[in-house]
Amino acid sequence: MLDPALTRARPSAAAADAPVKIAVRELVVHYGATCALEAVSLDIPAHRVTALIGPSGCGKSTFLRCLNRMNDHIPGARVSGDVTIDGDPVYDPGVDPVALRKRVGMVFQKSNPFPKSIFDNVAFGPRVHGERDAVKLREIVERTLRQSALWEEVEDRLDRSALELSGGQQQRLCIARALAVDPEVLLMDEPASALDPIATAKIEELIHELKSAYTIVIVTHNMQQAARVSDVTAYFYLGRLIEVGSTEVLFTTPSRQETEDYITGRFG
Amino acid sequence: MPLHTDRTYEQHLGQLRTSVLEMGGLVEEQIGHAVRALVQRDQALARTTIDNDHTVNRLDVEIDELSLKLLALHQPAARDLRLITTALKITTDLERIGDMATHIAERAIELSAEMPIKPYIDIPRMADLARDMLHRSLDSFVHEDVELALGVCMADDAIDQLHEQLFRELLSFMAEDPKIVSRAMRLLFVSKYLERVGDHATNIAEMVIFMVKGRSIRHLDKVPRDL
Repeated sequence: MLDPALTRARPSAAAADAPVKIAVRELVVHYGATCALEAVSLDIPAHRVTALIGPSGCGKSTFLRCLNRMNDHIPGARVSGDVTIDGDPVYDPGVDPVALRKRVGMVFQKSNPFPKSIFDNVAFGPRVHGERDAVKLREIVERTLRQSALWEEVEDRLDRSALELSGGQQQRLCIARALAVDPEVLLMDEPASALDPIATAKIEELIHELKSAYTIVIVTHNMQQAARVSDVTAYFYLGRLIEVGSTEVLFTTPSRQETEDYITGRFG
Repeated sequence: MPLHTDRTYEQHLGQLRTSVLEMGGLVEEQIGHAVRALVQRDQALARTTIDNDHTVNRLDVEIDELSLKLLALHQPAARDLRLITTALKITTDLERIGDMATHIAERAIELSAEMPIKPYIDIPRMADLARDMLHRSLDSFVHEDVELALGVCMADDAIDQLHEQLFRELLSFMAEDPKIVSRAMRLLFVSKYLERVGDHATNIAEMVIFMVKGRSIRHLDKVPRDL
């Protein structure tokens, strides 16, 4: 049995100087009769990259989706426990999930641009949230495409279809689209798993740049990627949070044998 | 501990441990031979010892190559990463111990041409201590035994004291009779080489503690209590 104290939020060196952006307490998720997350508590530091690692089915993606209530759409999903962002409860009945997802943006494993122009993809969110001013929209599109390191590659073809872009460019477009509504938190679910090493390196470089402005939580199967991009790493296994700590410590001297076995490639 | 899912990786890590051990066993034997050559005034044995140093050097290069291959191909983490970096550093100490054996053998050849100035008592004792420290430091590496490694760190004082004692003794001999200075100096060198072997064994033991615990105790005045 795991020591319950260790599945609770533990301060880490990298996060020690950062305020808590998202506080998760005793989060339990069921899909029908299956328990996907068992009482997970974790503090996510502001302006840091937190990586969630663990084998398939460990609950890391479920945890990520709880942070902006993407699990609401899954039939049979039941969530209990507390999630707060800057103290604001995420699961109160009065919370508007659309407004929440404006604060907490998401980028998915498979890039999913709309079958629209590059410009319209990025401007989509601001328009939904009521922005009509063409000059402002243009500003937002340029700023976020620059932030996602795509501007120079697309500035002369903003009216072309987003589907003409390469896979890596599409993923950066999706990041720009997520940034366009000015979120505070960016959730990334395997953002580079379908990309080649160069496109992956660009996404990772982007993550480094973005953390000064946003709080980032990334799910990845690639342990080297977690080691490269994150400040804090949390290891999940069978729906439990096994260990969380500064990435440097977790990858050099983890406290728990389960973590050590996973990161060194001893999968039993 | 469960095995790695990647069998080749597991096999290469095993090979790394074996090679370090093989190199350690070889330099331990080299020290033994060099000191025996000195005490028994056996020039042939001294020459064989010097010739064998290239085997030590070959193992040094092989372990470096294997370590680099492991680092490049498997992106090791945590315990595995510490094993590989420790192996890389241990071999440097082992290679130096090999050089000490060569130097002792060279002094043995030089000294065999002249009359001994005194019976060899302290030198063989120092050699036994040094070899024992080396042996235990390598055992602690293989068995990942922190207690054993700590014991090696503690044992270094004894060999240092013998060296001090021999130094004073030879100094007084030289003061009395300047004709023996060159012989006494050579013996003093041998004593210093053996004292260095003890230092290298201590380094290895300290690195083993880092490998197992993930905490460095090097360059501390005292071994921390809460290892």
